[in-house]
Amino acid sequence: MSTDAPTQTDPDTGEDLHDVRLHVNGIVHQVRIPGRRLLSDALRHDLGLTGTHVGCEHGVCGACTVLLEGQPVRACLMFAVSAAGQELTTVEGLAAPDGRLGPVQQAFKECHGLQCGFCTPGFLTTITAGLRDNPDPTEDEAREMIGGNLCRCTGYQNIVSAVCRAAEIARLEPSEPLEGEQP
Amino acid sequence: MKPAPFSYSRPTTLDEALASLAADPDAKVLAGGQSLVPLLSMRLAAPSALVDINAVPDLDHVRTDEKGVRVGALARHAAVLADPEARRVQPLVSLALQRVAHPTIRNRGTTVGSLVHADASAEMPVVLVLLGGSITAASVAGTRTIEAADLYVGPLESTLRHDEIATEAFFPALPGDAGVAFDEIARRHGDYALCGVAAVVRADEAGSITSVRAGYLSVSDLPTVVDLSEAFAAGTLDDASLDAAADLALASLDPAADIHATADYRAHLARVLTKRVVRQAHDDCTARREGDA
Ligand SMILES: Cc1cc2nc3c(=O)[nH]c(=O)nc-3n(C[C@H](O)[C@H](O)[C@H](O)COP(=O)(O)OP(=O)(O)OC[C@H]3O[C@@H](n4cnc5c(N)ncnc54)[C@H](O)[C@@H]3O)c2cc1C
Ligand code: FES
Ligand code: FES
Repeated sequence: MSTDAPTQTDPDTGEDLHDVRLHVNGIVHQVRIPGRRLLSDALRHDLGLTGTHVGCEHGVCGACTVLLEGQPVRACLMFAVSAAGQELTTVEGLAAPDGRLGPVQQAFKECHGLQCGFCTPGFLTTITAGLRDNPDPTEDEAREMIGGNLCRCTGYQNIVSAVCRAAEIARLEPSEPLEGEQP
Repeated sequence: MKPAPFSYSRPTTLDEALASLAADPDAKVLAGGQSLVPLLSMRLAAPSALVDINAVPDLDHVRTDEKGVRVGALARHAAVLADPEARRVQPLVSLALQRVAHPTIRNRGTTVGSLVHADASAEMPVVLVLLGGSITAASVAGTRTIEAADLYVGPLESTLRHDEIATEAFFPALPGDAGVAFDEIARRHGDYALCGVAAVVRADEAGSITSVRAGYLSVSDLPTVVDLSEAFAAGTLDDASLDAAADLALASLDPAADIHATADYRAHLARVLTKRVVRQAHDDCTARREGDA
């Protein structure tokens, strides 16, 4: 049996449409989309979650990075249909439900880890997962952690400081698990 | 930068996936998508259908025994890299995987996908050829094994047929008398390399070199392996034998120019890396022999 068989045809284009359930930040969304809809576009256009940014759209810049079952992946290199039923976390899911900033967000604020902010969502998701794997990174490890994300403003120094600061904050006040994540 | 329309299916059995491929000569397999999706978005490829194999069960294994490492079609680069047994049985696999893209790309991209994508600037194809590995290809007609030496025929071109799915790759184990090393030069950490070299050095119990082979990526249109043993006929490694090995390598390579590097610069990198990597593989060989003793 094939999952996600098309359910409809787009009357304008004749393209097959799929009914897909996307689990984003603990909330289930139902969307009707063509197979070619990139996950980044589904998040931004179909769900209105514009926190996920799109820079290069071919995997190089990292701005679109989201967490798929907790692991960072490029949203511009996945089709939304392929993400059906899997747990996604976007930058919108990193703050506490009451709006309090998550440790990585707090550290970016304190360390001046952003200027224009375009690259920031991808850094925040990448670092959130990176610190879970390595809660106490050295400066070199912090650089390695962000090696796949481009920033055209900051020169990276403050982002590296923010990684180390975020690790410190997380140690001081262990945070709640991400929404949708198994504790 | 949006893909052209295609029909999408996500079969949940291998047979169903193979039937979909057999039914449509223009259909393509979607694995990790880390090479295919950019090609679709740039409209360098516009297949009529994508067969997403990510829901096919029992393809994500990394299995090792004393013969070698077997990597399933859905094992992500990250999973292969994290496998301690794979690292022990064939260290060259993890040495090379560390240089494949960034961790985020490795979370999704598959090692088998990289092998069949057949990019001469990718790390894993040349490792497979150098080690004498193979892939298993399945189709509705049955299963066959393709030896690495017969797999690559041109830039982004392999002998895998359009109706076949590569279900597994096999990397033979490191023999007891061998050592390995890998290095590459890239503009930025995580980028495709301007030039990369993998080497396997073997020596007898007295430490006398018996064989030296090196694999080159990003130098020619195909992953290329050169036998450098002749330069070490005396059994020892020194500056003179390394220079002779680099000459030998360059005599069989024809470095190409592109927007990233001139042919001369690539030749220079191939020379420097040959000497560096063969020396490291020799050191590794010595350390393993002494470790065993
Ligand atoms: C920013 C960036 C940097 C990168 N840097 C590097 C690098 O430095 N070195 C490197 O080697 N790679 C690099 N890659 C590519 C990455 O390694 C890919 O994961 C890999 O090349 C393809 O694997 P995939 O699973 O993503 O395959 P896909 O993109 O899904 O498929 C690639 C091709 O192989 C076919 N295919 C895939 N799997 C199978 C199968 N099992 N059977 C039959 N056909 C199949 C597809 O039909 C397609 O034609 C990079 C990618 C990006 C986006
Ligand atoms: S937009 Fe996805 S990596 Fe640049
Ligand atoms: S803050 Fe502007 S690109 Fe990073």
